[in-house]
Amino acid sequence: MVNAQIQSAREFLSLLSMGSGVSGHEASIASMVMKRFKPLTDEVSCDTFGNVYALKKGNKKRAKIMLAAHMDEIGLIVKMIDPRGFLRFSTIGGVDQRTLLSQEVLVHGRHAIPGIIGSMPPHLLQNGESSQAVKMEEMAIDVGLSPAKIKEEIQVGDIITLRRETYPLLNNVMAGKSFDDRAGVVVMMVCLEELSRLQHTHDVIAVATTQEEVGIRGALTSAYTLNPDLAVAIDVTHASTPDTKGQVSIDLGKGPAVALGPNIHPAIYRHLSETAQEHRLPIQIEPIPGASGTDAWAIQISQEGIPTGLISIPLRYMHTSVETIDMQDVLNSGKLLANFIASLPDDLEGFLCY
Amino acid sequence: MLLKSLSELNGTSGAEGLVRNFLRQQIEPFVDTISVDKIGNLIATKNEHLSGPKVMLTAHMDEVALMIVDITSDGFLKFRSVGGIDARILVSKPVQINEAIVGVIGAKAIHLQKSLERQKALSFDQLYIDIGAKSKEEAVAKVKLGDYAYFITKCEPFGEGLYKGKAFDDRVGCAILVELLKKDFDIPLVAAFTVQEEVGLRGAKVAAYHTAPDFAIVIEGTVAADVSDREEEGWVTELGKGPACSLMDRTALYNPKLIQWVANLARERGIPLQFRRGTSGGNDAGPIHVSKAGIPTIVLSVPCRYIHSTVSVISEKDYFACLNLISELLNDLPRKQRISPMEKEEM
Repeated sequence: MVNAQIQSAREFLSLLSMGSGVSGHEASIASMVMKRFKPLTDEVSCDTFGNVYALKKGNKKRAKIMLAAHMDEIGLIVKMIDPRGFLRFSTIGGVDQRTLLSQEVLVHGRHAIPGIIGSMPPHLLQNGESSQAVKMEEMAIDVGLSPAKIKEEIQVGDIITLRRETYPLLNNVMAGKSFDDRAGVVVMMVCLEELSRLQHTHDVIAVATTQEEVGIRGALTSAYTLNPDLAVAIDVTHASTPDTKGQVSIDLGKGPAVALGPNIHPAIYRHLSETAQEHRLPIQIEPIPGASGTDAWAIQISQEGIPTGLISIPLRYMHTSVETIDMQDVLNSGKLLANFIASLPDDLEGFLCY
Repeated sequence: MLLKSLSELNGTSGAEGLVRNFLRQQIEPFVDTISVDKIGNLIATKNEHLSGPKVMLTAHMDEVALMIVDITSDGFLKFRSVGGIDARILVSKPVQINEAIVGVIGAKAIHLQKSLERQKALSFDQLYIDIGAKSKEEAVAKVKLGDYAYFITKCEPFGEGLYKGKAFDDRVGCAILVELLKKDFDIPLVAAFTVQEEVGLRGAKVAAYHTAPDFAIVIEGTVAADVSDREEEGWVTELGKGPACSLMDRTALYNPKLIQWVANLARERGIPLQFRRGTSGGNDAGPIHVSKAGIPTIVLSVPCRYIHSTVSVISEKDYFACLNLISELLNDLPRKQRISPMEKEEM
């Protein structure tokens, strides 16, 4: 059972991860999400901003619970086509230039065209050159096409994504691109699957949001549209590695990180912790002293204010093309969320009262 | 496709076994003898009974890769490069270890960096491979010190008439050499698929000594830096302009008479040819041309963009032109023999 569930989560994550959906260009990811959520929910729709909504009706339809995970990814954009047909680019979202050298990419022109961000061979490097990062302005994408062909296929403003398969590592660990935050979308899928086996009073609307990476914008508009009574965002958070000692205290594989702090309604944090304890689900506590940098930050102050919570999947190497997560954390996040929703009281007003 | 299979096989210096076995199978039907020498070179002969200059054709089997040199207390793998790799190309890549385990070379997230950190390259000391192990014990059970990690790259058609893949230096030479062995030439041939080129041209030294040829042709994949806004004078070679004939590099000066012969024949046969316009780097010709009393040697290379990285690019046209040109040279040798081709004055 658990293995089948991990397998299905793994497959959906691979599908989403290998798709292309830079902020503002999420349409193809959105259709994958709609297709996958349709059999799990009562109504699936999308809005003018590209957000996808999947409504699963509650028994009593007393209140609206919003789940939000963003489906956009960071990426690149064609800035200039040089006379010899090499593409110069800039970034959409927070890209570390040091992660780009010698990467294969897809340039989304009239067709998806494979390209390579080329590197100078070590034979031609000057002394000391290799200690400095190559600046993005000095990189170029080789698509192997003649300038005439390029003119037909590619123009300035075309979107570029990294080309990366997903890979299983040991245990249930997986690596790939855009797990931030498509792993969060997979958590919503697991939650919806779990909810179909549980009773829940309230309507649940799972929202796959757009444009998080450029300023949490899809969450802003979708929270306004829904005006939910309670919302939980699902995102990723840094997991510890040898080079983050003293900076990061969340570990891979030790359960979802449940946030607390000004962005989080205390009752939601409390109920998430209690639910975890009751169902023997591992969690890690993530105190966030200010901006969480997630959809939860925008949702919380939508309309008259929305009580908001945040669950994060531990992830290593965020914003690289080898983001690494433990699928067990994804599964546990989905289960935690489902049990949290199923155990909410009919009367949310009292529950959320300060 | 031969090049695809060769490109996707893993084999670095001192660990060329998979490539050697594959090549052995490929050439078996077309050669008279096959052996593996004491350092691991795959040696095949053909037409040894014929009189005439014994020609050695060589291509090296090894590719650059990473060697696991330590396993940290929390189960991450530390590594060093086998052959010349710029550490800057390693960040954010998957690697294959022991044909069974995949790991990734990550980097601290941009969110956790100070802005100056982004200007500094990450060095081998800072990088590590994550295989998803929960502990040092688990990592040690899966990976041994001295194991190798290889880039994961599919070899595929790319752009217009190009191919992309890993290890084209020098699997492209291996593929051409296999194709040459499928043909018949009226001279005695020794084919040497060499080991350990990337760590100091070591296999070729041994092969040249014990096969003692009269003449050698080294088939390589070489630097092409014809990219973006780089000035033409720094290109070294250029894609789509035919094989590159070496004039001089760090390990050898090439005989002008031999170069002239190559250039003339290419012109006569209408095969595109360029010269390698740079002196950096070296190849198996270095030890071969000074083996014993000296062996006349030429190098013909397929230009490759981005060599020694996860993904390099060649032109299909250059590949076939290189194959054709070497075929023509081998066909021309018996004719030359009547005018004693190995005497420089006569070349």
